[in-house]
Order: sequence, then structure tokens, then C-alpha cells
Amino acid sequence: MDDETRPGEAMPAPDRAGRDRASELTRMTAAELAAAIAGGQVSALEVTDAHLGRIDAADGQLHAFLHVAADSARAAARAVDERRAAGDVLGPLAGVPLALKDVFTTTDMPTTCASRILGRWRPPYDATVTRRLRQAGVVLLGKTNMDEFAMGSSTENSAFGPSRNPWDLARVPGGSSGGSSAAVAGFEAPLGIGTDTGGSIRQPAAVCGIVGVKPTYGGSSRYGVIAFASSLDTPGPLARTVLDAALLHEAISGHDPCDSTSVDAPVPPVVAAARQADVSGLRIGVVPELSGEGYQPGVLARFNEAVELLESLGAKIVEVSCPHFSYALPAYYLIAPSECSSNLARFDGMRYGLRAGDDGTHSAEEVMSLTRAAGFGPEVKRRIMLGTYALSSGYYDAYYGKAQQVRTLITRDFEAAFEQVDVLISPTTPTTAFPIGERADDPMAMYLADLCTIPSNLAGNAALSLPCGLAPEDGLPVGLQIMAPVLADDRVYRVAAAVEAALTQRRGGPLLDAIRGPAGLPAPVLPTTARASGHGGSSA
Amino acid sequence: MSIARAEVAHLARLSRLALTDEELDHFAVQLDQIISAVARVQEVAAEGIPPTSHAVPLANVFRDDVVIPPLGADKVLDQAPAVEDQRFRVPRILAED
Repeated sequence: MDDETRPGEAMPAPDRAGRDRASELTRMTAAELAAAIAGGQVSALEVTDAHLGRIDAADGQLHAFLHVAADSARAAARAVDERRAAGDVLGPLAGVPLALKDVFTTTDMPTTCASRILGRWRPPYDATVTRRLRQAGVVLLGKTNMDEFAMGSSTENSAFGPSRNPWDLARVPGGSSGGSSAAVAGFEAPLGIGTDTGGSIRQPAAVCGIVGVKPTYGGSSRYGVIAFASSLDTPGPLARTVLDAALLHEAISGHDPCDSTSVDAPVPPVVAAARQADVSGLRIGVVPELSGEGYQPGVLARFNEAVELLESLGAKIVEVSCPHFSYALPAYYLIAPSECSSNLARFDGMRYGLRAGDDGTHSAEEVMSLTRAAGFGPEVKRRIMLGTYALSSGYYDAYYGKAQQVRTLITRDFEAAFEQVDVLISPTTPTTAFPIGERADDPMAMYLADLCTIPSNLAGNAALSLPCGLAPEDGLPVGLQIMAPVLADDRVYRVAAAVEAALTQRRGGPLLDAIRGPAGLPAPVLPTTARASGHGGSSA
Repeated sequence: MSIARAEVAHLARLSRLALTDEELDHFAVQLDQIISAVARVQEVAAEGIPPTSHAVPLANVFRDDVVIPPLGADKVLDQAPAVEDQRFRVPRILAED
């Protein structure tokens, strides 16, 4: 994990089909694997073993996992095989392996939130998402790395060291769900689960070249998700294809009486939308506030190509201004830290986790302060103090109160925009993956990674990131963000699936095949015709 | 808008974080930068705009009062840093004087 890595060194995809069966299994999509398991062409156990083998081979460099649960994963796979043998009808993801972010409670694995303050805590209960995955027959391979308590955009805030981007091991995989993203992009698992508070699913998905979705707030349960900012935290899927993300979205969603903010409404038809993959007649809005200065040229180039592609597929493109989006970042960095300062007060070293300084000379209050100083990393300390400041009497109206008003204005911007268009689009991130260490001690530079993703957290609507090509200047993936109204999650899948189909046809294969290793930057693999025409918008 | 080091030390006390002098020096500079940046929210004309505390408007969410088996003392105390007589053992709470 601390081996020397040369800039540009990558973690290439496993060999193409035919060479070796285990490699072939790790390259398959979740939908393909589930069909093969249900059809008896392969056992769930063999699928799990293939992925455990890939983790053995790749995770020394990727460091996507904090805990690999090989024995319980094999047991879960065997249980699926036994159910099939007994003639049970298997669910659409039965036997498919998954990488679970270490923010979800699991009774049979440690749950650390990548923090020293929880140590090797073993929760006494499963999160609702964990429980639903188990019920669906999904095989939990282990728990993945993240920024401590989901605060960060790079996984560098993990107490256990950063994860690495499969495209370039010297770069971050994004964050905070960077471990799950690196695992999926690195073919250690076909599916991952993350949480998105300010972009923590979409941003890592974008910089790793995979699909990531923030469902409508309340669409997926927060029960058993260790709280960061409760009015924003949203669990969601990571996958290599839009259909796989939709299947996982459906598996974890739905009303949960254990979460009072869970939405009591039918799950939007996301799987049907992913299969529909049709944008003809759809009105799509481009947000000018999420573009321009400060954005990497290659990111804007790929985004503009995606806009042209959507138009060529029959969508109607219009520009829709959302004037308050430029205040989303400052509002978020008041609201989220305020909620975090309150939520993280529960870590007091009294009932579970770390306790420091309990040597008989210190009072309980001193032990709390010593425990929190020893157990939290710098970013968590910064945010707790920032939130404490924003909520102080005398500052409350000028900071937290004002940020809450901005939140109203951003929600109104979305409502006005969605009267004109069916979905909004933007780049997911202003830049591609940045080098490990570049922003580690510059909080404001790090916060900018969430510039485009934060508005949908503040308003609670659904948003998805889809890879839309590689930036020419660095050969790294670029994400296209698609945003839809509250509870219209199906629309982001419908648009993403159409773009994915057109791009895959143009490229002649999956984007992740462009990861080249062990040395040298990956090169874009557009067919010559598309490259010559600049955008190839008509090839689909 | 700026924040003094003494104010950061006060925030650390309120936050129950026993920070070192070096940490206080470092965080004072960073918090000053962050607070200056987020103060931009004050530029927004928001006269008469109601605050939003939550993305989904919800009020009085109830669920059925269903009895489920409790975890039990052993399971609850299983992860405690210190246990005595089936209870959490904590450092002294009251001052000696």
C-alpha cells in the first residue's frame, strides 16, 4: 500500500474474455452475472471466488477495502447456490458481489467510518441498506475505504491511508465513497454502495469512470448509516453500467419505518427507464452557472460533445439559468458542518469506540476532549469547529440562518428550471482526478471538487454521474451529471442509458478498457471516424 | 470577516477537542480562510425568504408502536471501553472539591 507508484501507472482491467475464466467473470456486469447464476452457467461461489482473487491481486495497490470478508462472502454465495438448487426463484441481483462503504453498519464486520474513534467497532445491528442487500442475495465482499465520516473528496481523510484511482495510481479516486468507486472501476466488484452528502457518490464515480447515483433524498434509508449531515445524507449505487446501477437502486430503495425521513412513496421505475434508453422529445437544460471559468478545458470539451450527442439523439437542448447555484458551495459548507458538529457529539468515548486519557487523573469531560482529539482527523475537527461557530449565538443569523435561506432559493431555482425542462445537465466535477497530496492540506481547494454536485443535495432531487469520455490533456475520465426533479429518479436513468448506448457504440466497447497499464497514460480509444469528426455526434 | 486564534481555542473547548498549540495555530489560519469564503452567503438578497432546514417537507411522522425484542445488556455492553457490574464504567463526573 505504501509502495512507490510512478505517476501515470494504472491498474488495467482484467484480461479480455477467453483467456481465463476468473478474469472473464470479473469483467461481466451485475445483470450478466445474475443471469448466468440463475441459469446455472456459473455458481455464485465461483463468481465470489473470482472477485476475491481479483481483490488479492489488485487491492495491495488500490487499497479500496478496509476489511475483506472472504469467509462470510463465500457462505452468502453458497446460500444462493443452495437456494437455486432447491428450485427457489432468485432475485435480479442474487449471487452478485458488492463492495459496501464502511459507513453502513454490519453485524458481521467492523464498521469504522475510516476513523480511529470507532476503532474496530462491531455494530449490534445491520443498516436497512445492509439488510436489504442480504435479503436480495447480494454477496458482501467487505467494507470499503472512505474519507473519515464521509467528509472529503479524495479518501485522503481516511485514518487508514488513501485509496488509489485505477486509471492512475498516483491520483485520488475521489471521495468520500472513493473505496467503493475504486473497487468497481478496478474490477474488484461489479457493484458498490456509497453515500452522497455533497457529491460523495457522483464525484468519485466521475473521476473513476463509472456510474454513480444520488437518489432523491429519503428514497433510500439512512437507518444504520453513521450520520454526517442528516438533512443531506443519501445512500446510492455505484456500477459500471447504467442498468446495473438501476438494479441496485431498486434493491436498496423503498419506505423504511426506521427512518422518519424515508419517503413513503413507490420507488420510481428506474430499471424500466434504464432499459428504455430513449431521449427523443425530451427537454434537456444546460446550466450555464455550472460551466466556464475554473473548469478544465477537457472536461468542458467532453461535456459539450455530450450535449451535441443528446441533440443528435432527438433531445431538445435549451439553456436554463439557475442564478443561486453559485452560492450553493458556501451554503453547503455552513449547513453540512453545522449538522456534523451536532451529529458527531455522540462520539464521547463513554459507551463504545476509542477512550483516551482514562488514567484516573482526568474527569469524564477531560477524557471526552482527549478521546475526540486523538480519535478525529484534521478535516473532521475543522468541520466540527466550523459548525460550532456557524451555530453560535451572535453568528447564527449571519451564517447558518442565511445558508438555510440560500437553500430555499436553490430549491426554487430547480423548481423553476423543471417547469421548462425534464432534466438538467452539467459536468459532474470541474476537473478530472487530481494527484494524491495536491489538495490534502488546502480545504478550500478540496471543497471545489463538489461545486456541481452540491445543489442537488441542498434541494434533495435525484442526480446521476455517467462517464462521457476522457479528457484529452490527461487521458482521465470525465463525468456527465444528469439532474431530475424529486422522485423522478427514472428520468436520470433514461437519459444516462441513451448516452451510454451511443458512446459505447461509438467507442466500440466499455470506457474502462481504455485503462492502460502498467506505465504510460491511458489513451482514448475512439474509432478514427469519430476522432476525425471531432465529436461524432451523428454516429449513433 | 476574520476569526482570531483565541476564538478558535474557545470553539475547540466548546467542541470538546483537546487540541495542541500547533493544531490551534494551523486551524486558526484555515478556519479564517473557510469562514471568509462561506461568508459569501451574506451577499444574497434573501429578505423575506423562508429558511429550508430539510429537503423534504415532513411533519409528525408516526409509525406503529410495535414491540421488538431489545438488544440485551450483554450485547449493549459488548463494545464498551470499560464495564463494571453490567454498567458502563466512566471517569469521575464531579470535581473533587
